[in-house]
Amino acid sequence: MSGRGVSISFGGMKAVDGVDFDLREGEILGLIGPNGAGKTTLFNIISGFLQASGGEIIFGGGKISGLKPDKICRAGIARTFQSARNFPGFTVRDNVLMGALFGKPGKTRAQAERTADSTLEFTGLDKYAGMYVSDIPLSAQKRLEVARALATEPRVLMLDEVMAGLNPAEVEDAMALVREIRGRGVSVIMIEHVMKAIMSICDRIIALHHGRLIADGAPSEITENKQVAEIYLGEA
Amino acid sequence: MAFIKRVLPGTARGRLHLGALICVAAFLAVFPGVSRPYTTIFTASILMYIILSLSWTFFSGKTGYISLATAAFYGIGMYIEAILGRYIPLPAAMLVAAAAGFLIAAGIGAITLRLRGVYFTIFTFGLVLLLQNLVLWIEIRFFHTKGRIVTSGDFTFVYYCILAVFVILLIAAVIMRRSRFGLALECIGQNEDSAAHIGVDTTRTKILAFAVSAAPVSAVGAAMATRVGYIDPNIAFNLLMSFMPVLMAIFGGTHSLYGPVFGALVLTLLEEKLIRGYQEYYMIIFGAVMIIAVSFMPKGAAGIAESVFLKLRRRLRPRSHPRNDGGARDE
Amino acid sequence: MTMVLTILINGLVFGSVYALLSMGLSTQYGVARILNIAHGEFIVLASFITWELVTDLGVHPLTAIAAAGAILFVIGFALHRTLFKRVRDISPNAAAFEGDAILVAFGVYFILQNLMRIKWGSQTTGYSFMAYPVSIGGAQFQARSLFVFAFAAVICVLYNLFLSHTRTGKSIRAAAQDPVAARMLGVKINRVMAICFGIGGFLAACAGVLISMNQTFSSVTGLNYTVIAVIVVVLGGLGSIRGSILSGFILGIVGTAVNSYDPSIMLVVFYLIILVLLIVRPKGLLGR
Repeated sequence: MSGRGVSISFGGMKAVDGVDFDLREGEILGLIGPNGAGKTTLFNIISGFLQASGGEIIFGGGKISGLKPDKICRAGIARTFQSARNFPGFTVRDNVLMGALFGKPGKTRAQAERTADSTLEFTGLDKYAGMYVSDIPLSAQKRLEVARALATEPRVLMLDEVMAGLNPAEVEDAMALVREIRGRGVSVIMIEHVMKAIMSICDRIIALHHGRLIADGAPSEITENKQVAEIYLGEA
Repeated sequence: MAFIKRVLPGTARGRLHLGALICVAAFLAVFPGVSRPYTTIFTASILMYIILSLSWTFFSGKTGYISLATAAFYGIGMYIEAILGRYIPLPAAMLVAAAAGFLIAAGIGAITLRLRGVYFTIFTFGLVLLLQNLVLWIEIRFFHTKGRIVTSGDFTFVYYCILAVFVILLIAAVIMRRSRFGLALECIGQNEDSAAHIGVDTTRTKILAFAVSAAPVSAVGAAMATRVGYIDPNIAFNLLMSFMPVLMAIFGGTHSLYGPVFGALVLTLLEEKLIRGYQEYYMIIFGAVMIIAVSFMPKGAAGIAESVFLKLRRRLRPRSHPRNDGGARDE
Repeated sequence: MTMVLTILINGLVFGSVYALLSMGLSTQYGVARILNIAHGEFIVLASFITWELVTDLGVHPLTAIAAAGAILFVIGFALHRTLFKRVRDISPNAAAFEGDAILVAFGVYFILQNLMRIKWGSQTTGYSFMAYPVSIGGAQFQARSLFVFAFAAVICVLYNLFLSHTRTGKSIRAAAQDPVAARMLGVKINRVMAICFGIGGFLAACAGVLISMNQTFSSVTGLNYTVIAVIVVVLGGLGSIRGSILSGFILGIVGTAVNSYDPSIMLVVFYLIILVLLIVRPKGLLGR
């Protein structure tokens, strides 16, 4: 997946301004930047939630910018939301089942149920399967976001701060999960503020500031990048 | 077989509901034979309101997009019977009406369901008045008349036609509940953005659901037209027919099939008692019921009944865990 | 030429009333996110209050603005403080609130309309006011119509000045644009919402008083006003006051032109305009 000159503005203010990016096959790409840098907005554009005012996004040989979220999901790009947006009236299993049922065209009911169960097991949520979302702990809710997206069987998974609010042990678990997801051949692009996590699991990192791309490189290069250190790491 | 197995409720509680349903349907089927004509007519209007509020709940209750177009589809049904009643039997006219309601709703949905909910409400609200004015204009301009005589039918037959719509609607609602389409709709109701992001084509699902919900309303409109004898645009497109189903559904509760049925039953009986001589008071009561239901009964009367039931059961059997009895999924 | 002049001036008269009808609704929706279906009933109530004052006490109808305006401001303010505040507290999200608020407004509509029917019956009511013709450029107009136009225009201008120059007006505009940011800047959002609902009531009162001078009315005409107001507001852009004024005048002139051709299709034409608008530019003429 790659983006060229992706831009959007809200009321005259450019929230994302001419961003170029590439996500390579089987890669874990980190997306960092201070609050308001346009990270989630970029996610929203990729997932079709917002329409870019300029530039284009190419995925699997075709242009996907301009498509609606459901088409983009069916094309193989799934995402999580920063604030968990699950279905409160469904059990954990049904939440995941919905992803399996609608995310991939042409699936039978039985196939979807199988995908849902294996995804629950893979993400370690099987013990909560029959419970409602409000009754499970925060770390499990974060995992449920991932599981629901994963059940759509994407080729690209976009994770928006799935580690926020977790304790160190849970962050370790989440990192292991992300690695396993990549191990299944899914490319991952993740927004994260937990620096330790992002530095250790990402193959490559891009940094945004005021909607502009300011750095692109391996984690070691990013930590040495002066501009990033100044405006991002320096602040933290 | 697999299909039947999937549709039939798997739990004891589910089977109890199904049994109750079959009993009610059987009772309603023999009802005209044992009751006075007036009671049959009255029962038919209760059924009519139940169908209207169930249809409303099917779309608006689930998705939260509040439709005020019920009167429009009902009136379209009435006009189709008024025009075709002389040439084809009632069931055929009802089918035509259902198809017309479906298509018109699909058109309206295609324009408004891409937008925020408030536009949809505004548009459906105006639609009733638009049709009222448009039909009146057409009638006067091209047919030089204000109203039409509707061929009246044998009322027991009309009753059975309405009962048939009711039974079909219930069966469809039960099948729909765990179907792909029903689940997509459920997802939209719970979180529309999330639904879109896991691959649900939200716009198409909403449009289809709205169109489906209009079909029974138009069919019943066609059937009820034979009872009124004469219709004009003010009778056919009466805004009250938009408000009543909403009120009945909200009062009864939109989270289960029982809610709208209960709401329609209670409020139709109330209407029957108060309509003569106390019309203003009955409308004031309706207004108050609407406000109270929205502000204090988020799950309606059915929700209250259920929580009372659960509380009682917990008191009687203190060690049971109602959450895990497996029946909860079918709710 | 006289024909065009007649349509133009009558259009301006109607347009000013349409603008006035819809400003209240627009204010209420713009800030409190409540589409007040009972708006037309507020207008009719003001007309009845005026009628009572004029026929019983013999006062000038314009003075009724003070009485009706105060009463309806209080009703609007109190409704928001009690009912709508409660609904807002229990709604899980903004979209659910908008839906529930419309339903509650319906309840208010039912109650208000039928209280008026009990009090005043459902027959048409009116009183005679400035019933003499005035000639402009060869065309004849009712003096009262021109009077109504002048006052409606004055109220539109005053309300815009209020919004742009007073402290309360500025916090209303801030709250309409971005409630979260407004709250951070120290705007008491709940109070502003209640005030807006009160102002909606006050503006409905102004409309009701002016309408009663120019037309007959009854306890069942309220819904017609609501429909017109809703159409005007959607065309102008939901929540945009200036948009409402602009589209009020546009629809006033279009409506008068259509009326001179065939009065029975006016609403149909309005509705077609909205239909096209929703397809081409759903946010309205001046909507954000």
